[in-house]
Amino acid sequence: MLLRTHDLKAFYGDAQALFGIDFHLARGEVVAVIGANGAGKSTFLKSLVGIVKAPRDAIVFDGTPIGGLPPGEIVRRGIALVPEGRRLFPSLTVEENLLMGSNAGRQGPWTLRRLYAMFPVLEAKRHEPGTSLSGGQQQIVAIGRALMSNPAVLLCDELSLGLAPIVIREIYAALPAIVAEGMTVIVVEQDVATAQRVSQRVVCFQEGRVSLEGPSDALTREQISQAYFGVAA
Amino acid sequence: MIDTVVQGLLLGGLYCLFALGQSLMFGVMRLTNTAQGDFIVLAAFGAIALAAATRLGFAWVALAMLPVAFGLGYVLQRVVLNGTLGRDPLPSLVVTFGMSIVIQNGLLEMFSADPRSLDSGGLNVQSIGLPGGVAVGVLPLVTLAVALAATAALQALFGRTALGRAFRAVSDDSETAELMGMNAGRVYALATAIAFVLVLVAGVLQAMRTTVSPSDGPLLLLFAFEAVIIGGMGSFWGTFVGAMVLGLTQQIGFRLDPGWGIWFGHLVFLAVLVLRPQGLFPKTRG
Repeated sequence: MLLRTHDLKAFYGDAQALFGIDFHLARGEVVAVIGANGAGKSTFLKSLVGIVKAPRDAIVFDGTPIGGLPPGEIVRRGIALVPEGRRLFPSLTVEENLLMGSNAGRQGPWTLRRLYAMFPVLEAKRHEPGTSLSGGQQQIVAIGRALMSNPAVLLCDELSLGLAPIVIREIYAALPAIVAEGMTVIVVEQDVATAQRVSQRVVCFQEGRVSLEGPSDALTREQISQAYFGVAA
Repeated sequence: MIDTVVQGLLLGGLYCLFALGQSLMFGVMRLTNTAQGDFIVLAAFGAIALAAATRLGFAWVALAMLPVAFGLGYVLQRVVLNGTLGRDPLPSLVVTFGMSIVIQNGLLEMFSADPRSLDSGGLNVQSIGLPGGVAVGVLPLVTLAVALAATAALQALFGRTALGRAFRAVSDDSETAELMGMNAGRVYALATAIAFVLVLVAGVLQAMRTTVSPSDGPLLLLFAFEAVIIGGMGSFWGTFVGAMVLGLTQQIGFRLDPGWGIWFGHLVFLAVLVLRPQGLFPKTRG
């Protein structure tokens, strides 16, 4: 296993957000994490990248415990996050935003040239402020910025948030090419149909616990509704 | 009239150097250093003491102190000021205010209240004659040139280098910057280290231009604040222009009445606060 969590608990002050998550991710796998608002999906990703603190042994990456390490150290080890809401740097241009990803100092296939070839719009707008782009283009910049760190695992938090369906389809259309480079991906997604379509396995969170897990193409609407909302559809 | 304008701009050069470090620290960390003036005075006394002990000229003294100022700024930010950063500006204000008191009393204890100055090798009495009977002091001219060069260098650093990109990124969103592998605490420390190099330059030039005493800090802080706020917080060229406006208005005030100069500067500062509180050129963006 490339990434594994064992009995992962997370807290915001006294409030517990995750209640013992056991999770595993194989190299090259695409896993979708679904769940309602407040289910703990984003907290889970934040724990993996060190924004939310976790016990050292609760997260093991490539055989090494990484729980609680600083975010900078975790990205240098090969886990990158595309944060919810994109969070581009407003005072940086598109190209400068992308170059920020290379601070991790990891070598790999993802370079500015490669990204510009894959997303020509980025090259066309490389000198414009990142936040002046459309929502979909900003999301592409956020994905490109994470790829620039040449991660082994890419975590995508709510890529579709606030975007039109056609834009969401365009963004997810890039995922196979990214996975083809050997990338392992966790996608947090509220849109169940999209999550099932782009992933090999679905893990459903409910109130900070895993309520369902299985192959994306084998789970039924009823099973997911039960796990998603806690009630039968 | 021409003489007033020229002298005002030259005075603005010194104020710009007082203010640039403040502008840099606010621009990167949203930290208002209320001990800025006292650190300038500390640098001035450090230079005076080193010159007296070694008999070196002011240029060698300044060069020798550069790494000390850089190191002091770096360590101060990493060890003390990083712990005060956050959404609430009060902790950093209180801590730097405390530093201000410590520096003033420490200098009083070590050097007494006597004003002192740094030997400029005669630079402070040399002047260049211009047509129309206007005489321009060499030291104020050098100060203005240094201020101009420092402003341009900071602007280039911010807009064209990887370090400047890091400064802007942590200023925008330090948490996301850390997700990119950046150590925000280290970036902040580098910003303060550079600010302290500017503080050193300002302190040395101030001690060469006039006398300094341990209680001068608050007035220098006031001039720095006024220049930064007139120009716009976090904007280097704005700070430069703000310092020029301050120097010019003070000089016009002095021309009208010797007691009005500082007061005129305060009036312009208040007018900007009321009419354009964001300053003339708010926030540098590359």
